[in-house]
Amino acid sequence: MQRLYEVMFIVRPDVADEDLDKLIAGLEQTVSNGGGTVNSTEKMGRRKLAYVVRKFGEGNYILLNLSADGSLIAELERRLRVSEPVIKFITVRMDEEEKRLAKVRAIRATRKKLSAMPAESPEAAPAQPAPAETPTQASA
Amino acid sequence: MADETTTTPRSEAPAGRPSGPGGRSGPGGPGGPGGRKFFRRKKVCKFCTEKIDAISYRDVRLLQGFVAERGKIVPRRLTGVCTTHQRRLSRAIKQARNIALLPFAARY
Repeated sequence: MQRLYEVMFIVRPDVADEDLDKLIAGLEQTVSNGGGTVNSTEKMGRRKLAYVVRKFGEGNYILLNLSADGSLIAELERRLRVSEPVIKFITVRMDEEEKRLAKVRAIRATRKKLSAMPAESPEAAPAQPAPAETPTQASA
Repeated sequence: MADETTTTPRSEAPAGRPSGPGGRSGPGGPGGPGGRKFFRRKKVCKFCTEKIDAISYRDVRLLQGFVAERGKIVPRRLTGVCTTHQRRLSRAIKQARNIALLPFAARY
């Protein structure tokens, strides 16, 4: 059962860029090995933390967007927990939310059509009679 | 937002009766009992009017507006957010707190 997840984690600020890339590559590797796919990876950069975490005042935020199995997420979380540079992480399931959003958008799209129809027709209506009138005037 | 609601009853108090029954927490909707002279503007849900469907925990700017100075979630009766959106909002705020985007309690 593949589901959409969003994994955000914070890496301690004193980690070098190469190590950070290596860490992300390693995590992506675990996901692809476990039968999941990484949809996108986003480095949100260094940010001040709202409170002190393991005596760090700031951290590198990284966001992974992936579709994976529940057991794979458990494995990924275990890895995040044991990897020393990661100080905090959160996993959020997104597919239910996406489904709800799609529904809302669909409803809104149907409503828009109804409201757009009368708005469009008056615009189209004067445009059509205008050329129709000009020939009559020209002929007259 | 909190200032708005606190100032309204205060400005009302000298004009009308100073110690009216249930002055502060009473229903301030329009068309109430006849004794009420002040008129409170009806608050509307920001998420409904602006059609914000998704309340993400990543959107710190948005969430910050619904968190008090000390880091508490501002109640619905002050912000005017509808029940559905308040539920989603509080969930997003709690997720944001978990990942250190928002504070649990702001220090002084």
